[in-house]
Amino acid sequence: MSDQTTLQEQAIMDDIKISARNVQVHYGDTHAIKDVNVDIRDKMVTAFIGPSGCGKSTFLRCINRMNDTIDISRVEGTILIDGEDIYDAKVDPVQLRAKVGMVFQKPNPFPKSIYDNVAYGPRIHGLSRSKAELDEIVESALKRAALWAEVKDRLSAPGTGLSGGQQQRLCIARAVATAPEVLLMDEPCSALDPIATAQVEELIDELRQNYSVVIVTHSMQQAARVSQRTAFFHLGHLVEFGDTGDIFTNPQDKRTESYITGRIG
Amino acid sequence: MPLIWLFAILLALAAAGYTLGRRRAVAVSGGDIRRLHSLPNYHGLNVALAVLVPALLVLFVWLIAQPMIVDARVAATLPPATPTSERALVMSDVRRLAEGLELAVQSDIMTEDEVQRLNAAEDGIRARLAPLGVALGSNVDPAVLVSAKRYRALSIAGNTARNIVVILLALGGLGLAWGATGLGFRARNSVERAVLALLIAAASIAILTTAGIVLSLLFESINFFSQYSIADFFFGTKWSPNFRGNSQLGILPLLWGTLYISLIALIVAVPVGLFSAIYLSEYAGPRMRAVAKPLIEVLAGIPTIVYGLFALITVGPLLRDYFAQPLGLGNSGSSVMTAGLVMGIMLIPFVSSLSDDIINAVPQAMRDGSYGLGATKSETIRQVIVPAALPGIVGAILLAASRAIGETMIVVLGAGAAAQLDLNPFEAMTTVTVKIVSQLTGDTDFASPETLVAFALGLTLFVITLGLNVIALFIVRRYREQYE
Amino acid sequence: MTDPSPDSPLRPEHGSLLTQNARTKRRNAAEKRFKYYGMAAVGVGLLALVVLLVSILGNGLSAFRQTHITVEIALPADTLDPGGNRDIDDIKKVFTFGYAPLIQAALVAKVDALNARPDGMSDREIGALISKQAAATVRDHVLANPDAIGTTHRFRLLANGRIDGYFKGRVTMDTAERDGNVTPAQLRVADALKDDGALTTGLNPRFITAPDASDQRPEAAGLGVAILGSLYVMVIVLVLALPIGVAASIYLEEFAPKNRWTDLIEVNISNLAAVPSIVFGILGLAIFINFAGLPQSAPIVGGLVLTLMTLPTIIIATRASLKSVPPSIRSAALGVGASKMQSVFHHVLPLAAPGILTGTIIGLAQALGETAPLLLIGMVAFVREYPDAPPEGFFDPATALPVQIYNWTQRADPAFVERASGAIIVLLVFLVAMNTVAVLLRRRFERRW
Repeated sequence: MSDQTTLQEQAIMDDIKISARNVQVHYGDTHAIKDVNVDIRDKMVTAFIGPSGCGKSTFLRCINRMNDTIDISRVEGTILIDGEDIYDAKVDPVQLRAKVGMVFQKPNPFPKSIYDNVAYGPRIHGLSRSKAELDEIVESALKRAALWAEVKDRLSAPGTGLSGGQQQRLCIARAVATAPEVLLMDEPCSALDPIATAQVEELIDELRQNYSVVIVTHSMQQAARVSQRTAFFHLGHLVEFGDTGDIFTNPQDKRTESYITGRIG
Repeated sequence: MPLIWLFAILLALAAAGYTLGRRRAVAVSGGDIRRLHSLPNYHGLNVALAVLVPALLVLFVWLIAQPMIVDARVAATLPPATPTSERALVMSDVRRLAEGLELAVQSDIMTEDEVQRLNAAEDGIRARLAPLGVALGSNVDPAVLVSAKRYRALSIAGNTARNIVVILLALGGLGLAWGATGLGFRARNSVERAVLALLIAAASIAILTTAGIVLSLLFESINFFSQYSIADFFFGTKWSPNFRGNSQLGILPLLWGTLYISLIALIVAVPVGLFSAIYLSEYAGPRMRAVAKPLIEVLAGIPTIVYGLFALITVGPLLRDYFAQPLGLGNSGSSVMTAGLVMGIMLIPFVSSLSDDIINAVPQAMRDGSYGLGATKSETIRQVIVPAALPGIVGAILLAASRAIGETMIVVLGAGAAAQLDLNPFEAMTTVTVKIVSQLTGDTDFASPETLVAFALGLTLFVITLGLNVIALFIVRRYREQYE
Repeated sequence: MTDPSPDSPLRPEHGSLLTQNARTKRRNAAEKRFKYYGMAAVGVGLLALVVLLVSILGNGLSAFRQTHITVEIALPADTLDPGGNRDIDDIKKVFTFGYAPLIQAALVAKVDALNARPDGMSDREIGALISKQAAATVRDHVLANPDAIGTTHRFRLLANGRIDGYFKGRVTMDTAERDGNVTPAQLRVADALKDDGALTTGLNPRFITAPDASDQRPEAAGLGVAILGSLYVMVIVLVLALPIGVAASIYLEEFAPKNRWTDLIEVNISNLAAVPSIVFGILGLAIFINFAGLPQSAPIVGGLVLTLMTLPTIIIATRASLKSVPPSIRSAALGVGASKMQSVFHHVLPLAAPGILTGTIIGLAQALGETAPLLLIGMVAFVREYPDAPPEGFFDPATALPVQIYNWTQRADPAFVERASGAIIVLLVFLVAMNTVAVLLRRRFERRW
């Protein structure tokens, strides 16, 4: 317990939002994440990079316990958010996920209207007391996701009718609407064209003001463009973690260097 | 010569043709079969097909056409005084007598000469044919006997001509195809064309079946409506068939019973089926699923007669003794409730396996999206999965409704036979299918409206279920495409 | 972009994760309730299955046991062979009426010897303990062994249905009090016979082999004709539906061009699969019996009707099976110069065979349990004669298992409920066997590409 106390003190000093210690993840017989330690700061974009299958998405999904929905996965170690262990038996993943929102690789709007898509989270978490309040939440979430101008006249149109980039921003708005403190993004631009990607990246940069954002990406350019901190994963290990500039200009580990220069990937 | 011999001869000719064709192919190749376009087998098959196909086609057409032609020619010779309505009856007497005489000759009870000399005055005909199982209704009318003899003579002549024509065709086919066999002859292509034609014919049976259903229903229904007013049938509120005539044949009480029972069945089956599908696909562990799912599907493999008996001996008395009688709602074991409950049980696996497919078709990404926002499982199911799957589920429910409406044995045994428009679910009521069975299984005159009404009922049933199916299949297909 | 101003609707206000807030508790309770609804639904389904099976087994298992009474019957020559010359045609002239008194006399003698006759019970009442079928049994024995005339022979005869029911618990002293067909006194006589060992309840193979019996003698009714009829019908369905179904599937899956005709066939098949079975019965009645003139009640008509009904099932299964054969196999065959037809018949079809077979067995199982269409084509008739051997037998009157069950449910004597339930057990055994074969086939030959 004393370890944890010192960790907590440390976290407050460095403005640390999430800290992970000795995290191991098993999928059945596969050891997918091996002994990962990482501290993620608040109001900053942290990028996880690495070759496919390196465990970066798996680790991301541990942060809001999405791995719970997969029967065969097993998580060991500690992950603290604001100093609270999210794998504590007393923690309800439902409450956790309201605090730690997630945006997925493929835009996955529900087959409902744009309004209902955004209002879904606030409704289930009971964040509004009246219709007016809900309208307000939806509007600000859409504004924050830079989608309001494009959809404000057709809020009752189905969300599945939007273009790919719009759908992904709708999903971001949907995540933002539950007022999370952390936003996890799992390769949010991999299914988008370059123009939509640029819009979403711009958006991520703006979201940094209000949330601590963790983004998984397979594109090093994207990590360089949007993030302040970067973590490089390889074969389930966290190989290197530091300021984005340092990682890309002056990698300490040979594996990081090989990856960045395109020799492994 | 019986038909079976004709078939045997055709098969023998085909076999001979196969051997001859094969042998000739080998012979013209001079032993080196690589010089042939097709393998010797194909040459053999080609000859065999040339024997069989035209001969069998002609035989088939002949078998259908000959009785019609003979009938028409004999009917023309009936005394002109015979009223039209009786002609059909007289003709069936003629046919039966002709068959009886033929049978008598074949089993050596009479000689050919005796038959020729037979006259109606000796009333021994009935007694002599009786041991053969030929039941003649009354003493033979002289005119009928004359017609029967003529009928028999025509049939015999026709059969002989048929046999000769068919065998000649087979021989001709054999000769031509055998002659065509040669080095460059594309026997394989010709055999494959024939096989493809067979495949197409097999596939077209589905269309023939539908056509047969529609034609037979329509034809007899038109017959019925020529004797009974179409408006009285569709808007009559009273069903009381009376075989002495003056029946009231209104379909409304039957439709009401059908819909009422189906409604109860759906009220049972839809929530139970849907919830068990949801539970088994979203909550249950793999072991639970491996046990419970097949067990529930066993319910789908149980024949409906078993459900019928279950309704009759278990559910009916149970409902009567513990619900209907104490509540003063009636004392009939067969009731809308009995049939509806049991039918509901029958439909549970139907609804649940369809819903299961549909729920599984909702992409995992949709679930992830909802869980990622902090929704619980049930919130995800109710607010994301079910709405997303709704069209498919509606389709499944429509299919189940069509099943319920067309179900026969459960209602025959569980619902009762009293046609009435009532709201009390513990009262016996009856359905369209029950009445189809009861009107067609009695020993009744096939031309009376009381019997023919069954075809009109069948047509109504067919149209309703077909409509439901078409809509349901359309919805389900559209739904599947949405996620593919 | 907006600053996180304190009055923004998106300001985070999350409490500690370690305590559940009231709303989360409520939501979790709802979650639990929802899960219980699901469990309840599964429970209802399983319960229904159990109740159904228990009810059928409870009512029907006793049909496989039957009560018999063993008596010594004198076969006097003067009544059974009045001519005295053992001419079989003369013996045949003595109908069952001639035998009934002999049986009654034998049983009366037996009861009197046991000193078990209650006061005032007539000989006729004692004779009624034995089935009306018994006279026919004795007569058949005599006709088969004319030498037995003039001797005394030991017969094991069927007991009357009510007596049988008494030893199976269906009839009690109380119900006998109210029953016109049996008296408590008769039951006491039966008890005495049982104590003596003359009356025994044992296995009843006749239930499987014997033909149906009339309304008055449920104890003699068996499933022989029905099983044979069902077998004939199944043979016809198999012989017709399998080749036609496979041929149709091959055409639709491998050769059919995309055109109107093919679309029409597709739509027809999926709709036929959902047409109520009774409509097929109407089709059979109108086309095969009234139009084509095939005989009523004959397995051939039943087989044709069920073939048309089963075809969609077989076609759907076969097509799925053909579809699962990967296209690379077809390309490989075409690549070595096989024609399209050869590639299908030499390579694709053999690989798809297990799936086709499984689908066919499931289709046959469906057809075996089908009742409604057979009612309409007259297979519900009372048939006591076994049909001849095929192919003539296909045209003889017969019944089928499910129709026989229906037939028995329509009879007044409650003993027929036992018979009907017993028949269902037989039917279910066949179905389980067929489905097991299908499952085993699937397991044995399942191939993953």
